[in-house]
Amino acid sequence: MNNEWPLWEVFIRGQHGMSHRHVGSLHAPDAEMAIKNARDVYTRRNEGVSIWVVEAVNIAASSPSDKGPLYEPSESKVYRHPTFFDIPDEVGAM
Amino acid sequence: MTRNEALFEFLQRMGDNTLILGHRISEWCGMAPVLEEDIALSNTALDFIGQTQFWLGYAGEVEGEGRDADRLAFHRDAWDFRNVLLVEMPNGDFGQTIMRQFLFDAWHSIYIARLLKSSDTRVAEIAEKASKEIAYHLERSADTVVALGDGTEESHARMQKALDYLYPYVGEMFLSDEVDVDMAAAGVAPDPSSLREEYDALVQKVLDEATLSVPGNRFAQKGGKTGTMHTEHLGHLLCSMQWLQRAYPDGNW
Repeated sequence: MNNEWPLWEVFIRGQHGMSHRHVGSLHAPDAEMAIKNARDVYTRRNEGVSIWVVEAVNIAASSPSDKGPLYEPSESKVYRHPTFFDIPDEVGAM
Repeated sequence: MTRNEALFEFLQRMGDNTLILGHRISEWCGMAPVLEEDIALSNTALDFIGQTQFWLGYAGEVEGEGRDADRLAFHRDAWDFRNVLLVEMPNGDFGQTIMRQFLFDAWHSIYIARLLKSSDTRVAEIAEKASKEIAYHLERSADTVVALGDGTEESHARMQKALDYLYPYVGEMFLSDEVDVDMAAAGVAPDPSSLREEYDALVQKVLDEATLSVPGNRFAQKGGKTGTMHTEHLGHLLCSMQWLQRAYPDGNW
């Protein structure tokens, strides 16, 4: 029998910026405790305004051995970068 | 007893509760069963030490004899301490520590809510700052009591044993004496005996969810908050907490 609590990945939204960033992982028996533990382990120094946790087994990840076919084809395609447009201020955060 | 003496006494009681419990749970630092709980308990300990600095700092000012928070914390003897007996009880196993924490947090949260409206603005300000920390302490300890109480056969048995062991120390938090009566008359703090019903309802709700049974016997051990009789455990705690200041008075770094 496995007595270990499941592993959770923790994402914190900081004081600045809209996105939640991955900050690390921890063990907890359920989602509610995972958020509490994340509060205690990862926001001790006033780092966050919002916490997401997701059980690590629920994350599907790309395989490192597929790196070539997945990412290299986009290397020499500057026309995919929309850097030639001026973005009006009204648009807000992108 | 003058109003000022009563206020000094009241502030020591508040500060000594947080000081002694803060020290007790800091004993888990590096030793808790899992890393996450270790950090969470240490955070709670630090919250309590922070609150102690406010309570004992203000106590020293009220006394007016030039003693600051450190002086009061490290240079008084066991009979000068005014914490309730519950907080000096030994950590025991992790379950006993969490049960002690819950029984205290429940009282602390109800008591601090009254202090927000204290006629003494300094007391109200300290309460305001502490109340958010205390709300979190209670949420966390209550959840853990439920998780362990309604957990495995082993964890349930340990939590029930902890509750039976600690329950005789609950009553002291609701005993009132002349200090309490005076503070209530001045609007500084509530009369603790008026809070028992609210406490019982809160504790019962959580313990029901934890499938634990509240002991029927209301016998209350007492003597901590008045300083007349502490348990043997306080002396040992003070020994390790105070030895450095006692061996090297006023040493700092």
